[in-house]
This record gives sequence, structure tokens and C-alpha cells, in this order.
Amino acid sequence: MSSDPALLAAAGPGGPGRRLSTFFYHRPRAALGTLLAAPLGWLLIGYLGSLFVLLLTAFWDTNSFTAEIVHEFTLDNFRRIAEEPVYREVAWRTIRMAALVTVADAVLAFPIAYYMARVATPRTRNILVVAVLVPLWASYLVKAYAWRTILSGNGVINWALEPLGLQFDGYSTVGLWLVFTYLWLPFMILPVYAGLERIPQSLHEASADLGGRSFRTFFRVTLPLVFPAVVAGSIFTFSLTLGDYIAPDLISSEQFIGTVIYDQYGVNLPVAAAYTFVPIAVMTVYLIVARRLKAFEAL
Amino acid sequence: MSERKRRLGLRVGLFALVAMLAVVAAGCGGDDESSASTEIEGLGSTLDEIKENAKGEGEVSIVQWPGYATLVEEFEAASGCQLNTKVANTGDEMIQLIQSGEYDGVSASGHTSVRLMAAGDVAPVNTELLPNYADITDDIKLKSYNSKDGEPYGAPHGRGPNLLAFRTDEVSPAPDSWSAIWDENTPYKGKISIYDDSIFIADAALYLKATQPDLGIENPYELNQEQFDASVALLKKLAPNVGEWWTDYAKQIQSFANKDSVVGTTWPLQVQLLGADKQPVEGIKPSEGTTGWSDTWMIASNAQSPNCMYLWMDHMMAPKTQATVAEGFGEAPANLKACDLTKNPDHCTEYHADDPSWWEDVYYWDTPTEDCGGEGGTCVTQEDWRNAWTEIRG
Repeated sequence: MSSDPALLAAAGPGGPGRRLSTFFYHRPRAALGTLLAAPLGWLLIGYLGSLFVLLLTAFWDTNSFTAEIVHEFTLDNFRRIAEEPVYREVAWRTIRMAALVTVADAVLAFPIAYYMARVATPRTRNILVVAVLVPLWASYLVKAYAWRTILSGNGVINWALEPLGLQFDGYSTVGLWLVFTYLWLPFMILPVYAGLERIPQSLHEASADLGGRSFRTFFRVTLPLVFPAVVAGSIFTFSLTLGDYIAPDLISSEQFIGTVIYDQYGVNLPVAAAYTFVPIAVMTVYLIVARRLKAFEAL
Repeated sequence: MSERKRRLGLRVGLFALVAMLAVVAAGCGGDDESSASTEIEGLGSTLDEIKENAKGEGEVSIVQWPGYATLVEEFEAASGCQLNTKVANTGDEMIQLIQSGEYDGVSASGHTSVRLMAAGDVAPVNTELLPNYADITDDIKLKSYNSKDGEPYGAPHGRGPNLLAFRTDEVSPAPDSWSAIWDENTPYKGKISIYDDSIFIADAALYLKATQPDLGIENPYELNQEQFDASVALLKKLAPNVGEWWTDYAKQIQSFANKDSVVGTTWPLQVQLLGADKQPVEGIKPSEGTTGWSDTWMIASNAQSPNCMYLWMDHMMAPKTQATVAEGFGEAPANLKACDLTKNPDHCTEYHADDPSWWEDVYYWDTPTEDCGGEGGTCVTQEDWRNAWTEIRG
């Protein structure tokens, strides 16, 4: 750190603004601290602080009559979640749904992303990128309610199936799987598309030079290189399904982790807080595995 | 780095830590005061004073059942209080909202009001400051769900039954019993619509009261363990037949309109709205009787705008408001002077506003507590009801 006396003299005493700037000029750490205070404060107090308070609630009791929180340490909420089979069943059902949605999204997203990255002309590619992005900007609620209409007994799906003598029970687990697959598809397409674009053309040429046909090139070169990107996309599809509570409420008559937490929130907040540890634990494991698979480098 | 700078950094860090702890502590802190006094800070002691103070408050925030706040513009113009409403779809939601401390009042049913009164979240009212209170029918005054220790809490809103609703074009013959939903071999499997709240366990108990007299159920909110277990078992058999669990009335209306649901439990509001939409949906009180509600506008004990809230409570009891809300929601008014003002001159007769005998087999939503007297011994509490509900939903 150095200060040039000539420069200081030229600046003169000046107004308070000038004095402040001189103060910070000599104290770069104070300048950095002041700059970061607001965003760091927000992160620590507003974000992590509130999360911490919520998780802390899981260790509190409630008054059985008034449902008010009693600030006494207890592990009963966790015991209940572990012992009552319904909570385990709902957790498994949700994890299963998240996994199925992720697989479906990966299968659907890959050809679209591949076409966008390797086949389409720049013009078509731009149109496709816009087509993938536009639904993301539409309100989630509008899309969920739209699907409620589509899946209804009087909806367009059953209208199309009627001439074939078929009927589809839309308000069901299968219907919900369709809705989730639709909702989170762009979150899978975009990372996969970016991953495919990053593969240098020369690698494909090298593979061809060495006698690799397109099939073999795809499985030995393209797929291994783009796999981390698929895993990156799956983080979104999996975690978003795991936490959602609106679509399950609108489409399905079954309970999921999100709907149970939502219902318990008004009834017994500590149990709701304790149950949030389940998706947090699941996602922690998921992220550790994803990191092993180098997904974060593909983000 | 010089010593001074290090100390400054330390001080900044310490300050941040203290600030964070203060925020956390504020979040944790609870109030333990619970008084049963009608006095609320800032509330005028005469009607004129209340009207004067209300102009200074300027706004009032309430938690309500959907469709309850009525003639809002007239209220705002007369009182100078702007009304902010928040709709709650279940009693538990209401409790959670009112306990947030953000609201001045709530339209509570019996399964929330008892808890709110016990917790001191709501305050008793001075009925001298509510001129319309005198006209409320005695049948719903000073009941267990709207008074404590002989003190009235709030302004009665009106009462109604939970109905068995069905599409007349899909359900034939027209049912007159709750067996339409409870029968295991119902032909309407997957098309049944059920209210998604633990208070619905009372509806199962009510059906068992009629069909299994051996259980000895008298009051569907006062169940001993055996009666409770039987009700829960009945609900678990119902669960796979349910097409939709509803708390949002608009969602249920959509299902009935699309024939995704053809039979179920409902509020009169949905039947009214579906009828207005020319949908062939009827709502009846089945032969076994039904559950229902008798609601009360209550004032939060920490209300920020107590004067506006008093004016609002009185507004909701006024004959004209009562007539409008009773016809709009499809319920019986609490103030019988409303009967001369309804558009349909027979509304009060059709909804049995002044016919106490019709209400004898309507069990108003109430709070299950341990202490239920009677022969059955210790009763199952509301907490157990709520816990069982998660399990019933599966």
C-alpha cells in the first residue's frame, strides 16, 4: 500500500465525498468490506439465517391444543417421520417420481439438443432456442392449470382418445408425470445443448478417420463427453420435482413431499421443518454423486 | 495490515454477528400475554370515538373464508377504512395466518375459534359497540364456539350445512344418504370429491353414528379412541375411491363442471356458483344429517386497526350485508332482519334461518378436545385428528 503525498496535496481537503474517497483509497480492505456488506448480509441473514431458523424449528415442540410452537428441544418430530410409515412412503413416491421425470426429460431432451447443436442451420437453431426458452418465461401456474384442463375427462387428450374407444385417467400419477416432464424439459435441454456444442468437431472427424462409424462415434465419443451435461440437467429436473407442491395438488390425489410439508406447515410447523430434512438429505447425496460425475464443470 | 485496521475489521464482524443474532432472536421471540379483556390498544370507548379513530387507521386486514366479505365498497366509503382480504381454505390455514400477527380479524369457524380463544389470539368484544349484535338470532349467540367464560367473542356471521353435492345427469337415482360416497362398492369410484382437511373425520363419525349405533357416537367431534379408530378406518377405505381432494373451491367447481367429479362433499357456495353456470348440480342435506358451520367474525387481540375491525364486524352483521352474503354463499343469515331484504323473498325459509329444529342434526364444526364429559371417557384431541389425516391421505 502506498500513498503519494503530491497526489494527496493536489486533491486538497475537499468536501465530505472527497474525504470519504480518500479514506477508502488508503484502506482497500474497508472498501471491499463496505462493498460486500449488503450482499453478504443478505446471504447470511436473509437467506441462510431464515433457512437456519426454519431448520431449527424441527427441534421444537407444539402445544397440542393451540398448535402454537413451544420452544422446548425435542426429537419427537424426527421420530415421527422415521416411524410412521406414511412419511416414508410419501418420500419414496416422490423420489421415484423425480427419477422417472428425470429419465423422461433426458430421453426427450437429447435428440432435440443434438439436433440444435449439430444438425440445424444457425437460423433454425436460433428459432429452436427461442422455442425452448419462451415456455420458461410463462408463469408456472398458468402452465400447471393449463395441464389440468388438458388432462381433464373432458380435456383434449380424452377428446382425441374417444374415437379409439380409449380413456385416460389424467388426474393420476401418470398424468402428474407428464406434467412434470413438460414443466422441467427446458432445464434439461439447455445444459445438454451447451454440452454438445462444446465438443470440438475435430473429435468426430478423428473418430471417423480411425474408422468409427456414426453409431460407434456416438456411443464412444459423443455420449461420454456429453454425459456430465446430462447429469447437470438432471440436477434441475430432479430437485424441482422433489420440492414441487402445486402440480401434485392440482393433478394428483396422492401426497408428495412438497404437499405434505405444505399441509403440515399450517398444522404442525416443527413436523414440516423436520420433513424438509428429507429432500435436503436426498439432494445432498445427489449433488455429491453429480460432482463425482463432473456435472458441475458442465454447468 | 495495521493494528487499527484489524480492530476495525473485528468490530465490523462483531457488529454483523450481533445484528444477525438480533434478527434470529426477534424471529424466535414469542408473546406470552393472553388477556380476556375487550380492551384493545387504540380502540375507542364509544361508537363515535371508534368512527373517528377509524379514519386515522385507514385500513384493516382480515382473514376470511372465500366469498365472505360483502358490500366492501359501501363499507370502505362509510368507514374510511380500506379492506385487505386474505382467503383461507381450511381452519388450520386460518390459525396459521392469524397467528402471524398481520391481521386484524378473522371469520372463524368452531374448529378454529376455540383454539384462537384459548390461545388469546382473539379478544372478546364489547357488544355495546356493535349495534347490530342485538338483532342476531339467539340460536347462535354465546355458544361454545363464539364465547368463553360467558363473554361473547366477535360477531356471528351466519350458518350453513356442508352438503352432499351430485351431478343430476350422472348420479341416479338421486341419493338421499351419505352412503353415496361411503359405500365401498360405489359406482362413482374415482369421481368422488372430498374436502381435504382433518375436520372431515367428523363426517365419517357422523355416518357411523347412523350406521353403526353400537359404537355409541353422540357428537362427531367428541370421539373416544374406539370411535375415532372406526372413523379413520372408514376414511382409509374411502381414500382409494376419491378422485379429488379439494380445499380450493374453484378447483372443485372446475371438476364438477367437467364431470371429473360427480359426487362429493361441498359448501353451498359451490352449488350456488355451479347453478349460476347452468350446471346440473344439486346439494342436499342427507338423511343422516350433516356437519356444518356457524361462523363468527373475531378481532385479533393485537389488532393494528381495532376501530376499523369493530366497524367491519358491525358491517357484516347489518341486515343488508347479511341478506347479500346469505344469498351469495347460500347460507342462513345470523341477523333475521336480513330476511326482509333478500332478493328471493323465501330465502330465509328455504335456508331455515328461523327454524332451530332443522339445525338439530347439523353439527357445526367444533374443536375436538380431550375433555368431552360423557360416558366415552377421554376423547381424541385435534392434534390426533390432524396426524391421522396425513395417514388417511396416504
